[in-house]
Amino acid sequence: MRKLAVMWLALCLVLSAGAVLAEPLRIGALFSVTGPAAFLGEPEKNTLEMLVKEINAKGGVKGQPIEAVIYDTTGDPTKAVQLATKLIKDDKVVAIIGPSTTGETMAVKPITEKEQIPLISCAAGIKITDPVNAWTFKTPANDHIAGEKILNYAVGKGQKTFALLTVSDGFGASGREQLKTLLAKKGLALVADETYGPKDTDMTAQLTKIRASSPDAIICWGTNPGPAVVTRNVKQLGIKIPLYMSHGVASKKYIELAGAEAAEGVMLPAGKLAVFDKLKESDPQAKLLKEYDQAYRKAFGVEASTFGGYAYDALQLIVGAVQKSGASPEQIRTGIEQASNLVGVSGVFTMSASDHNGLDLSAFEMVRIVAGDWSIAQ
Amino acid sequence: MRRELIKFALFAAVVLVIPATIKGGYLLNVLVFVGINTMLAVGLNLLLGFAGQISLGQAAFYGLGAYLSGILTATYGWNPWTAMAVAAIAVGILAFVIGFPILKLKGHYLAMATLGFGIIIYIVFNEYVDVTGGPSGFSGVPGLSLGDLHFDSDLKSYYLIWTMALLVMLLAVNLTQSRIGRALRAIHDSEVAARVLGVNARLLKVQVFTCSAIISGLAGSLYAHTVTFISPSTFGFHFSVELLTMVIIGGLGSIYGSCLGAALLTLLPEFLRTFQDYDIVVYGLLLIIMTMFLPGGLVQGFELLWMGMRRLRPGRAGRNA
Repeated sequence: MRKLAVMWLALCLVLSAGAVLAEPLRIGALFSVTGPAAFLGEPEKNTLEMLVKEINAKGGVKGQPIEAVIYDTTGDPTKAVQLATKLIKDDKVVAIIGPSTTGETMAVKPITEKEQIPLISCAAGIKITDPVNAWTFKTPANDHIAGEKILNYAVGKGQKTFALLTVSDGFGASGREQLKTLLAKKGLALVADETYGPKDTDMTAQLTKIRASSPDAIICWGTNPGPAVVTRNVKQLGIKIPLYMSHGVASKKYIELAGAEAAEGVMLPAGKLAVFDKLKESDPQAKLLKEYDQAYRKAFGVEASTFGGYAYDALQLIVGAVQKSGASPEQIRTGIEQASNLVGVSGVFTMSASDHNGLDLSAFEMVRIVAGDWSIAQ
Repeated sequence: MRRELIKFALFAAVVLVIPATIKGGYLLNVLVFVGINTMLAVGLNLLLGFAGQISLGQAAFYGLGAYLSGILTATYGWNPWTAMAVAAIAVGILAFVIGFPILKLKGHYLAMATLGFGIIIYIVFNEYVDVTGGPSGFSGVPGLSLGDLHFDSDLKSYYLIWTMALLVMLLAVNLTQSRIGRALRAIHDSEVAARVLGVNARLLKVQVFTCSAIISGLAGSLYAHTVTFISPSTFGFHFSVELLTMVIIGGLGSIYGSCLGAALLTLLPEFLRTFQDYDIVVYGLLLIIMTMFLPGGLVQGFELLWMGMRRLRPGRAGRNA
């Protein structure tokens, strides 16, 4: 009797093993879903889960379903390092998407490079892909592209002297550095260089100093809520100098925080997702952006954000690479590097051995805030 | 003392055998960080558990060790071991100098002063961009090596860091069993009484503060050379509080307790990952329950368990007979 039961069990096991579908393609993801950078990690996680479901519903990649292993780093580099090790050693993923911030990415990078696993970061810092390492990519456009977009536009308007007001975190520090280099390169003058803390609630002191230096334009570089405070302070002080913001505030949240009245006339380089309904039909991204926004709204009840787009593009790059070259980490790496004209949320990607970001000036659109909404700046 | 040494030898043996019993590289990686946190917790415990002086600025010493080591090696090309020694000495000198005015304060005021110190150092890491790389961090710190032995895998890092951690623990056990340890406990109970009995309380407090800072600095250097990347967010106020929690959960005044506390707080979030979005809630609940029912820390819990088992044994024997 006992023997029979054992045999029966063994039979069941064999049958069930045969019934299991093709081995899934395991892709790891590290997002700061909680903690100070949750505004990045949450849409990234949502987008990835949504997209994986979508791809699997359509039969996976080359018949192979995708399994996303997502961990929350809480924005802590030490934790990111541990979890990256976990993804590689325990979960045996073929590629990693994330982390969400530049600091975490720089912490994880040495490990993925040593273990030879492709890392597609969702952080913007230029240090991630410059100098280029064979195994590290990133989907957000470099800060200097956004900076260049602003300066090109400003020069077109005849503005020659600039004041910088940047936040003292990774994003602001990188923006400040890039803008200073760009200004020098273009022969433009920097007349004031002020910074503020990420938690500051009043920037009138810095703005008063900036006003005294009478620049042609002010460029503020930060993520919410700082720039909203700056915008309100500018109006309160009655400063009439044109104000540019970075792509870091290219979401409706910023207009909400600053108030439509104060934000009137502020200009910034925005990822095309923010203005997808105002793009020309001929724009290569128009269709994809509309679909992404609709799907995201349907699944989560809020509008899609640029940050989610970083994860969207990262997964698309991996899927494209698997389809083209194969599913081993080495093949994925080569595939991503060969991606060309891949239409994504953040822009149209064309990677090469010397460019692991693959975006150019066309990734951004200069927009102006008019009556609480974006409009393409002329 | 002999009993203490036997206890320590047993503990060390367990620590050194652990890697052989676990498979899967990830747990080993986390255990490396448990080692670093153990050093930090033991350092703080010397100050808090024995001398009864609180410090909310331990993360600053930890960070200073990491940044000094990182900058000296990556920017100036120093040998990592020399850099580590110099960083530890520099952190020690700084602690010694600020120790005199700060440790005159007591209770909440001492907490505030050390908290302030921690925040100042954190701001320096963040704002002195040209040297520290600012908020986006400092990369390119070289790994450690001894001759041809490069500490580049988790297993090697484990042995390196736990050797250091065990040395620190041995030092701490030794210290607490000595005359100085008794003097520190005397200060803890009543500083006035200690002084009346001829203990130079002021100097001793500064010395133990310096000692705990040096240990933290060393841990920081090890962190920098193991992770090869440092950023200010690792060394913020939040981490100082986490260390304090490790020491209190583990058991004030118990060296092994500090190790337990460090292990628990580092490993627990990993095991709670199965609760997905609720892990933080469960984590908080567990901490509350532990402090409510085991105010003496985990070590007290183990002692109670041990005593309970001893009491059970004769009873069972009696029933059998």
